[in-house]
Amino acid sequence: MNNGILRQMRPTFVCAFLGLVFMFAAPQVLQLFTIINLTTAIALAVLALSLALVWGYGGILCFGQVAFFGLGAYVYTISAINFGGSTWAIVMAVLVTSAFAAALGYFIFYGRVSDVYLGVITLTVTLIFFSLIRRTSGPEYKIGNALLGGFNGVSSPPINLPWDSRTFLFPEHVFYVAMAALILCYLFTGWLVNTKFGRVCVAIRENELRAELLGYDSRLYKLGIFTIGAGIAAIGGVLFCNGVGRITPDVFSLYNAALTIIWVIVGGRGTLIGPIGATFALFYLTSALGGQSLFNNNLVLGAILIIFVLLVPKGVAPTVVDWINARRKPAAGRVRRRRNTRAEGAE
Amino acid sequence: MDLVAAIALQLAYVIANLALISLGLAIIFGMMRVINLAHGEFLMLGGYTVVVATNAGVNIWVAMLILAPLVVGIIGVIVERLLIRWLYGRMVDTLLATWGLSLLLVGLVTSIFGASTATTVSPPLGVIRFGNYSASGYELFLILITIALFFAVWLTLRFTKLGLLARGTMQNAEMASSLGVSTSRIYMITFGLGAAVSGLAGGLLAPMTGVLPTIGATYIAKAFITVISGGAAILAGTTAGSILLGGLNGIFSFIAGSTFGEIALLIAAILLLRLMPRGITGRFFRKSL
Repeated sequence: MNNGILRQMRPTFVCAFLGLVFMFAAPQVLQLFTIINLTTAIALAVLALSLALVWGYGGILCFGQVAFFGLGAYVYTISAINFGGSTWAIVMAVLVTSAFAAALGYFIFYGRVSDVYLGVITLTVTLIFFSLIRRTSGPEYKIGNALLGGFNGVSSPPINLPWDSRTFLFPEHVFYVAMAALILCYLFTGWLVNTKFGRVCVAIRENELRAELLGYDSRLYKLGIFTIGAGIAAIGGVLFCNGVGRITPDVFSLYNAALTIIWVIVGGRGTLIGPIGATFALFYLTSALGGQSLFNNNLVLGAILIIFVLLVPKGVAPTVVDWINARRKPAAGRVRRRRNTRAEGAE
Repeated sequence: MDLVAAIALQLAYVIANLALISLGLAIIFGMMRVINLAHGEFLMLGGYTVVVATNAGVNIWVAMLILAPLVVGIIGVIVERLLIRWLYGRMVDTLLATWGLSLLLVGLVTSIFGASTATTVSPPLGVIRFGNYSASGYELFLILITIALFFAVWLTLRFTKLGLLARGTMQNAEMASSLGVSTSRIYMITFGLGAAVSGLAGGLLAPMTGVLPTIGATYIAKAFITVISGGAAILAGTTAGSILLGGLNGIFSFIAGSTFGEIALLIAAILLLRLMPRGITGRFFRKSL
């Protein structure tokens, strides 16, 4: 059983190893500015990974994954300011966000709210955060020592060494932390979707009624994967506010909610590495677009989203995997081809 | 007494505003089960049509009541033919495709008109006074025209042949098509009409809000929530949703300021969907239009 999981995770290990190589090679080759930018992209990739899990494997169309991402970032920032250290703040960020997601998810899944309606609720929650936190600009809005800062946001204390709260990490070190976190999250989700839990989630995604008739409580499984996804998004949020140096209510905006969906669509639902790759690709595309004025950012993103929904609805990674499978396994291909010819002959 | 009248008028305006921005979306959702996330951008295009037309010297009433629905309706038909008709029956995909369309339109309008407010038009009606209080005549006009618009849509759906075919298609598209109705044409017309109503709403609101390429985002969430809370019945659902959510929004805005009004609206919508996952008309007034 255990060996089976390891065998199925072989592609995951290959990708994780490539990530590890990149983690140690990139700082040798790239400039510090690029590395700092990359840290932000990595944080966003963790967010994309969390939605890839929740939507791609759980079949839960969550429009508000950025809500958990932003909440994680805010909880980290506020706790780090109050605790005077980042270690427990990170734990707090993940726990508080997961608890919030569990409460919200209980409300949603046990109320049997499904597909589009679920999207509306999660989006609404995101917008509530957006308008609530934007309002908190006065000095009276503070949690402990941390001013919420309204529209301008709060500046986030950098991560420090776990055993010494006065030794802060430099941006180039934060890059290592972020990359390591991404690889660990990727391995964790890659493992999770191959466990029994993950397989039941996929079964529920494919046919909820059938899964329930087989005796699985779909509400519980959905709640589980939703909560885990939110926890991962919170890790992304912690990395994000470290990469950028501050957190503003803008993370909760409609634009960012749309962006997260686009990454997963482009990368491909039902894969984990696809959305991560798409995040990096689109992050660099939007950075490059920021440097010129001929094409508007929104214009290009909108066109990408439409083109993918219409023409590549599976996304890049599954399309590529199908293509590779068709080429690389000549034996399987031959069998399939033979079966096809036989089928044709029968017709 | 004057205070009560002023508050009542304000409340009626909030409700009418919500109903106005939601109606186009409700028509498209109720008829076709398509959630059009580019709805906010249709409103935005209606607003731009009015601004561009009045700057070109067109009478503001003509621009608002005729040009805005016409232009946006035509855009709607084009969008339906090019984009939506490939995606019928795939609710989530239409949602995503129209989200893409929304970004595309924002980008397009920003490229053409710039990111800041284009020249605004001022509300064409003056102030009306009652006792110590005054209200904008244009707000009153918007309330009345919203009622008129709902009535017109009701008449169309209830008494015209197009309305009959549309209702038939909505109830059972396969049956309608086997009885010789071209459902594809009905869908195209419905989408065009929904877009036209959105354009009209956008045009009417342009003098109140000004126009910005990104103004759609402020409408879409509210319209979306109103329509989903209302449920599948187009007119009854939108009316019920607007009265409930708009009423709460108005009352909480009055007590605690406009942000809390918005938040009350959003929280009410979440609770409502938890209690009635199919919206208000999924439980009450099921047979209504």
